[in-house]
Amino acid sequence: MKLRKTAAVAVAVLALTATACGGKEGSAGDKPAVKPGDSSAPQLPKYIVATDVSLDSPTFKKAKERGKLIIGSKADQPYLGFEDQATKERSGFDVEIAKMIAAELGFTEDKIEWKTVDSKLRETAISTGQVDYYVGTYTINDKRKAQVGFAGPYYKAGADLLVRKDETAITGPETLKGKKVCSITGSTPLQEIKKPEYGAQTTELAKYSDCVQQLLTKQVDAVTTDDSILKGYAAANAGKLKVVGKPFTEEPYGIGMNKDDKVLRTKINDTLEKYVKDGTYKKIYEATLGLSGSAYVAPPAVNRY
Amino acid sequence: MSASVLYDAPGPKARVRNRIYAVAGTVAIVALLAVSVLRLSDKGHLDPAMWDIFNYAGIRQNIADALLATLKAFGLAAVGSLVLGVALAVARLSDKAPVRVLATGFIELFRSIPLLITIYAVWVAFLTDYSLWALAIGLSIYNGCVQAEVLRAGVNAVPKGQREAAYALGMTKTQVMTTVLMPQAVRAMLPTIISQLVVTLKDTSLGFVILYPELLYSARLIASNTQVNGQYPYVSTIVVFGAIYIALCLALSALATWIEKRGRRAKTGIAVPDAAAKEIVLIADAGQALGNNTGGPDGPGITKN
Amino acid sequence: MNVLLDHFPEFRDGFIGTVSITAVSSVIALVLGVLVAGFRVSPVPPLRFFGTLWVNLLRNTPLTLLFLVSFFVVPEIFFPGMSPFVLGALALGFYTSAFVAEAVRSGISTVPLGQAEAARSLGMTFSQTLRMIVLPQATRTVLPPLSSIFIALTKNSAIAGAFSVTELFGWTTLMSEQGYAIGPIFVWVAAAYLVVTFSISGIFRVLERRMEVAR
Repeated sequence: MKLRKTAAVAVAVLALTATACGGKEGSAGDKPAVKPGDSSAPQLPKYIVATDVSLDSPTFKKAKERGKLIIGSKADQPYLGFEDQATKERSGFDVEIAKMIAAELGFTEDKIEWKTVDSKLRETAISTGQVDYYVGTYTINDKRKAQVGFAGPYYKAGADLLVRKDETAITGPETLKGKKVCSITGSTPLQEIKKPEYGAQTTELAKYSDCVQQLLTKQVDAVTTDDSILKGYAAANAGKLKVVGKPFTEEPYGIGMNKDDKVLRTKINDTLEKYVKDGTYKKIYEATLGLSGSAYVAPPAVNRY
Repeated sequence: MSASVLYDAPGPKARVRNRIYAVAGTVAIVALLAVSVLRLSDKGHLDPAMWDIFNYAGIRQNIADALLATLKAFGLAAVGSLVLGVALAVARLSDKAPVRVLATGFIELFRSIPLLITIYAVWVAFLTDYSLWALAIGLSIYNGCVQAEVLRAGVNAVPKGQREAAYALGMTKTQVMTTVLMPQAVRAMLPTIISQLVVTLKDTSLGFVILYPELLYSARLIASNTQVNGQYPYVSTIVVFGAIYIALCLALSALATWIEKRGRRAKTGIAVPDAAAKEIVLIADAGQALGNNTGGPDGPGITKN
Repeated sequence: MNVLLDHFPEFRDGFIGTVSITAVSSVIALVLGVLVAGFRVSPVPPLRFFGTLWVNLLRNTPLTLLFLVSFFVVPEIFFPGMSPFVLGALALGFYTSAFVAEAVRSGISTVPLGQAEAARSLGMTFSQTLRMIVLPQATRTVLPPLSSIFIALTKNSAIAGAFSVTELFGWTTLMSEQGYAIGPIFVWVAAAYLVVTFSISGIFRVLERRMEVAR
């Protein structure tokens, strides 16, 4: 079988090219539309790294000893929690919030170790100490509070709809009759949309990006999930997609951490309040999720329970 | 080709007709391909920039890591399934009824449940934090059951006289199994065993369901986290990763063919009746490797006489 | 708290989904498979080449990848807007067709040499030989392997559950995410699959018996 021999050679070649690396440096694909340094573009703020921080928090002490802060985040949400697959650089709203807190705890950017933790694994990752804290579309609720501690909320998200820019028929969940709506399998907004009074057809895929791709190729008419995630995709596909802007649930995002580490929780809550007040928070929003065209809304008050 | 008995050597008329069919068939296939290529290129999927992303060191590193992860899961699963396969085969051939019944039940149960569900259940129930092990164990259980059936058939194919002779020499049951029956069974069934390993390799792609960062998982991440000309490079990523999978599988199949040829040259060992071997392979997995088991690439049958 | 009793409608939908996607893709696989097997033994070289390529390509691709192709590449080329069920059935059907083709081809080669020769000496053409002499007899030998292939197809349909097709794997993940213990879920789903696979092998056993010839 000649085909097989050819294939064996192909494997060798592929393996070589894959491992020998080389190739171009930097980020693959499109360069961001807004270049840093453009005077008109919203700029990400610089965070002042605090020195001589001392906290009576076990998590903090462990991180200090280790010399590195381990932050859990997501990797596949553009402008929210995103990892460039070519450069391994993280960016987005959640990532900036995490960096801001790290700076306040006295860790420079090179002292941060990022860890991608998927939604399903968040509770175990936090409670077993695999991450020091977690920032990634983490809705505060009582069931989770039994397992992890929450600082914040730092953002009030709500389920919303992402549609193509030229879409006029869809203005809210009540206009979805006969439309195809996509979300990830088993997500809460989808359970809501599935109710018969909306009359929508639903598609469930494994990843939001799959849904967005289906939306771009007109396989579906809308994508539903938290507006923060949708705003990120709208920003990444500026000019093609928009967020309807009528949230129909409430999802306050918190920063997940060890349940018993009250000192760290207070510290992070203080940090959030401080930076919301001095405008850093707003700058972060405008340089990330704000690029979607959705206006800035002040975050809800921190809840110290 | 076995096909040659189905038609006469073409005469002048038939040759013309065949040529017409050939041209028509080729045109149809080429037209289909051309339309596909045209449509894809219309939508910008064949733009050089779409494929250029694989020239970046970071992306290549990603692919190399994912390839390694796939091979790691495959290696563990291969060893696990073979060990489990031998154990289950021996148990099913045991003289003790309870052992036999238990092994048979285990094999029948896990062979009739989709592998995906087994992997998912193992992951959720025991190993949520260790997706590599969940994947490897799930694969080992299912493929172990299949390998057990293959080996059992191999043992049964060893001429009865050999077993009797071994007992007559005063060998114990264990000795007969390990030194007389098993080695011959493995030898006779090697091509089938390797074909099943190809199936195992393909099935590592189910790891994406439990968030194991194997090739397909990384393909999805690359496709969703990179934008080229405002589009997600799904098409190019699928083609590249498809090529990697096909190359890996063909290389393993080539190994099976090679071993089989070597085995045939040596003229030792036992001959497995064609029909029996075929039946086993079919039970093994949807006829994977039907063509390249007994009888070689030309298939068993009438051409041999 | 019993998973099955609490969520029986969903379970029933999942079961029906598994059965219907299996049925639809079986038909696709059977039609395509026989066609491709015909290609592989045909006197026309390009068709033979196409058949071989089809089988080798599909057999060596993970089914999951085929699902990705059918969800993200196919709609870019043909008929956008197909439902996930259709796309899933296409992916499953195409994948399985390669195995069906191989089974049919080896079935063809078990028909005794003399029969084909006799047919030829009667002046039958290739397609006549295949249609009237070889395939009817091959059916008998192909049935047992086809039974295993369709059982494998049933199990493979679980992958469609990860791609928005309502079936039993979807029910598994949904229930598990709603906090039910995985043990009972697994048992019920296993039972459902056993029902489907036993029915398939039952149907084929009946078929085999009816096709049996007294020799």
